[in-house]
Amino acid sequence: MIEFRMPTLGADMEAGKLVEWLVKPGDLVKRGQVIAIVETDKGAVEVECWDDGVVEALVVQPVTEVPVGTVLATLQEIGAPVASGVASGVVEPVARGAESSAGASRADIPEAAGLAAAGRATGDATSTPADTTAAPIASDGAATSAPPTGRLRATPAARRRAQELGIDLAAVTASGADGAIALEDVERAAAGAAKSATGNAAPTSASTGAVDAPKTAPGADPRASTVTTSAPAMAATTSDHSAVSTGTRPPPAEAARTTSPADRQAAMRDAIASAMAKSKREIPHYYLGQWIDLSRATAWLAARNAERPVTERVLFAAVLLTAIARTLREVAELNGFWIDGGFRPAAAIHLGVGIALRGGGLVAPAIHDAGERSVDDMMRALSDLVQRARGGSLRSSELTDATVTVTNLGDQGVETVYGVIYPPQVALVGLGKVVQRPWAEDGAVSVRPLIHATLSGDHRASVGHRGALFLAALDRILQSPEDLR
Amino acid sequence: MNPSAIRQAVIDALSSVAPEGDYDRLRPDRGLREQLDIDSYDFLTVMVRLHESLGVDVPEADYGKLATLDEAVVYLAARLGA
Repeated sequence: MIEFRMPTLGADMEAGKLVEWLVKPGDLVKRGQVIAIVETDKGAVEVECWDDGVVEALVVQPVTEVPVGTVLATLQEIGAPVASGVASGVVEPVARGAESSAGASRADIPEAAGLAAAGRATGDATSTPADTTAAPIASDGAATSAPPTGRLRATPAARRRAQELGIDLAAVTASGADGAIALEDVERAAAGAAKSATGNAAPTSASTGAVDAPKTAPGADPRASTVTTSAPAMAATTSDHSAVSTGTRPPPAEAARTTSPADRQAAMRDAIASAMAKSKREIPHYYLGQWIDLSRATAWLAARNAERPVTERVLFAAVLLTAIARTLREVAELNGFWIDGGFRPAAAIHLGVGIALRGGGLVAPAIHDAGERSVDDMMRALSDLVQRARGGSLRSSELTDATVTVTNLGDQGVETVYGVIYPPQVALVGLGKVVQRPWAEDGAVSVRPLIHATLSGDHRASVGHRGALFLAALDRILQSPEDLR
Repeated sequence: MNPSAIRQAVIDALSSVAPEGDYDRLRPDRGLREQLDIDSYDFLTVMVRLHESLGVDVPEADYGKLATLDEAVVYLAARLGA
């Protein structure tokens, strides 16, 4: 039997709030499939399951806050003998470390979970697993594993779009085989409604929503509340932004609104504070910097973009990320984790990208398998990630998988950034603004576009010499931009 | 298309990426990126929105001509032959 547990979605996460299941007992789940939505201080996160199997029981019902590691659902391995009576399969105590809680009656659970949630809402992030032994225990499996009733099944994106458009989900017909209402179903219902009404209602309401929606409270930090209040407007604009989001789907932020923006802000600040303090306490950083001539790379991209419509243009940031990922393939000591007193190199390069949120927060989700991507591929991944990060709907693997991080402060005009390594990673690449400066080459001075690339390295995992090789290799790779295609 | 309609199209595009901006107090002669904290990704999105709403595909080489609201209106009006 496979146990699907509350994942840790950040170095300091102790508990998470299950807000929605996207599967039901009996559903076939494929490795990598998003099966649940969990709310964290980074927003609503789509949690993937990393096993193939058939959902046996949903042990925890939404909306419940449980400690990291709590079994949320059980799955039957494919090909494994099916237990008699799948629905009542959860008979063993599931809360590891929650002593004698197996005897807890289900009646205790909502109360304890409520306490945990309350602690969180007041900024008390110290609630330990012991406080929340509520980890719902299935003493009567039949009740816990029954499919949710009285709640429409719909994807988060669909819920959110419906809310934006003012459509009642109950009036939408699901087209999918699983019976859940999908985004397309909502769009179809909206189109139908618009046709019968003013003819073009949906686009208009979306754009006026963007202008009118976020009026912040007087006296409040005008930016503090934007993460969530602006989310619907963002979604309205990005969901049909097919230009740069090919193959992506709009973010589900609906669930994220169950926590107030101010609380989320505070929680995110706490998480950043904690991770960065840990980094500076434990990681012996060394710092290197190198100016790199970008004449060839910028000219190459400009010529390429000139041939393309605005919807297919690539940002220079994508070129830089592609080059960094390729360079990391050559210097393995910078890509991986420092765990239990030793360096563990990572097999793949999952490039964490620092993304500033409009509310003032920061997330650094990962672009998976970045070392294998072309520039166009990287641009698609970057667009998708930025949209979802700002829409508050990252996936669990993106928040946990980064093997190295890049921070780019060039848009703010900064020339140099020496970043703080995000533990347990061992390196952070910093990029500043592309500036026009005099540059000497072959005995002549000319004005060139330059960037100051930096490396913060963990001296336990690598030495300055290897770090220097990384920056030299990055320079070399950026001189042959056509190879990044 | 008259300049005030173009101006509204630009503000609509901007507010799609920076919905919290105070567009009543936006200084039309000052840089949009600084006033609205727009990064290069946001700016590209604004260009895509303008392409959708006005049908103008602004070449990357011309991005510098749309640094302020006033400049953007002048540039787009010229492109639209208004």
